[in-house]
Amino acid sequence: MELWYSLVELLPFDWAAPGSMYFMKNALLAVLVISPLFGLLSTMVVTNRMSFFSDALGHSAFTGIAIGTLCGFADPMWMAVLLAAAFALLFTYVRHKSHMASDTVIGVFSSTAVALGIFIATLDGGSFTKFNSILIGDILSVEPAKIGLLAVILLVVILLWLASFNGLMLSSIHPALANSRGVKVFWQEAVFSMAIAVVVTVSMTWVGLLVINSLLVLPAAAGRNLARNMRQFHLFSILAAVVAGIAGLMTSYHIGSSAGASITLYLALWFAVTFLFRQSRM
Amino acid sequence: MSVHKHGDSGPGCAGSCCLKVNDLGVNFGSEEVLHDVSFHLHCGEIVALIGPNGAGKSSLFRTILGQIPHTGTIEFQRAGGDKTRPLIGYVPQSPSFDRGDPVSVFDFFSAAISKWPVFLPSPKKLRERVAGCLARVHGDSLIDKRMGALSGGELQRVLLALALEPLPHILVLDEPLSGVDIDGEKQLLDMLDEIRTSYDLSILLSTHDFATLDQYADKVLLLKHQILRVGPPAEVLASPEFQEVFHLDLGKGGRR
Repeated sequence: MELWYSLVELLPFDWAAPGSMYFMKNALLAVLVISPLFGLLSTMVVTNRMSFFSDALGHSAFTGIAIGTLCGFADPMWMAVLLAAAFALLFTYVRHKSHMASDTVIGVFSSTAVALGIFIATLDGGSFTKFNSILIGDILSVEPAKIGLLAVILLVVILLWLASFNGLMLSSIHPALANSRGVKVFWQEAVFSMAIAVVVTVSMTWVGLLVINSLLVLPAAAGRNLARNMRQFHLFSILAAVVAGIAGLMTSYHIGSSAGASITLYLALWFAVTFLFRQSRM
Repeated sequence: MSVHKHGDSGPGCAGSCCLKVNDLGVNFGSEEVLHDVSFHLHCGEIVALIGPNGAGKSSLFRTILGQIPHTGTIEFQRAGGDKTRPLIGYVPQSPSFDRGDPVSVFDFFSAAISKWPVFLPSPKKLRERVAGCLARVHGDSLIDKRMGALSGGELQRVLLALALEPLPHILVLDEPLSGVDIDGEKQLLDMLDEIRTSYDLSILLSTHDFATLDQYADKVLLLKHQILRVGPPAEVLASPEFQEVFHLDLGKGGRR
C-alpha cells in the first residue's frame, strides 16, 4: 500500500496530496483491480448470453447477506459468497438437465432468491433500510485488506481464463461439438458461473447491487460492436471497463454522485458511441 | 489436398468392420427415441442416414459419440484387431452464430485444436496450422472472417475441416447439406468423396436430400426410431417402407 500511496502522490489531483484522502486513493486502486476483472468476465457473459443470469446472481448474493445477517455473522459476505456459488452450481445443473429455456430457469431462480432475501430481511418487522448500502454501493468505503482480496480474485480469474477460456467458448458455441472434442461442458460452465458468483458477491458492497450487472454486460456489449475477433474483443472490453472505472470515480469525487452509477453511465455512453460506429455487419 | 493416412489402418482395413452397432436403444425419460438399432459401418464407406424429423438421427449420432447413455452395444474395430475407441470427427448441425459475434474462424478453430488461449496474441505456428487445416477443404481464405459472416456452405466447410483435425477414423456429419445452396452442396459432396479416397475413413451422415443419395452414398439407412430398411440408395428409395415413412402415397398422384 505504501508503494501505491507514493505512486498516487505523483498525480496532479488535489486529493492526491501526500498524507490525506486515503479513502480516495484506496478507491482508485480498487477500481483498477475491479474493472479489468469485470471487463474480462464480461466477454464471456455476453458471448454465452448470460447477462440475465449474472443479474440473478446478484439477487442471490443479496439473499446470502440477509441470511448471514440473520445468523449474526460479523461479516455476512462469506455466507453470501457460499450461497451465490451454490446457486450458480444448482442453476447450471438445472439448465443442463432440463429442456427449459434458460431465461425461464433464471427467472425461476432469481425471483425465488429475491423473495427469500426480502422475507428473511424483513422477518419480525425488520427494517430494510440497513440493506440500502448494498443496493447503491460505496467504493470509498473499501479497505486495503479487501483490495488485497480483490487482487487475489483477479489473479485467480486470470488463471482460470488462461486455462479454460477455449473450452468455455467452444461450449457456448456448440455443447455437443465441444464435448466431442473432450471439453467437460458442464464443469466448464459451472466453474465459470461460480467465478461470476464470487466476483459479484465480493464486489457488491462497493459497486452496488443495482448497477453491478451493467458492469458485467456493458464493456463487452460495447466491445462486440467494434471487435472482429477474440483478441480485439478482450482488449476493447477491458480497456472500456478500466477507462470508465477511472472516469466514473473522478466524476463521483467531483460532483458527489455514486461511483457505481457514474461508471455505468460512462459505459452506457461508450456503448452508444460504439453502436453508432459499429462496423457494418453485412 | 495432401494425402496422409492413418499409420494403423493398412490394407487390413479394407472392407473390415469399423463400427458395429447392435441392438442399440436410447430413452429420454419415458420416451423411447431409438430401439433395436443394428448396423455396420465399413471403412471407406459413405453411409447416409435418412428419416423424418424427430426420428432419432441426431440422437443416434450423439450416442455413437458417447454423449448419451444407451442399451445394446457399440463396437469399434480398427485394423489389426485393435478395439480401442477410435477418433470420431463430428460435424454438428449448423450452430447458430449472431452476425455480430466477434468470433473469427481462426478463434473458433484454434480454441478447438489447441490449448493456447484465443484472447492472447496468436503464435505464428498456430496460425499456420489452422491455415493448413482449412486448406484441406479449400477454405484458406476464410481464416479471418467472422463465423457469423460465413455462408451456409462455408460454415459447413469450416466445421468439416475441424472434424478432420486430428484425422478421425470415423466422420459423422449431422445434416451437412441443410442451409447450403446447390453449388455449395455439390462442392461439399465432392469434398466428402475426395476425403473418403484420400484418407482411410468411413463417413456417416444424415440428410434430407434424397436426389443426390445415389451419387455418393454406398448405403442408406432408413431410420424412424428403429432401422426400417438398409441397402443401396436406389433400393431403399424404391422400398415400400420409404414411401410409407414419407407419405409419398398420400399425394394427388396416389401411389407411385
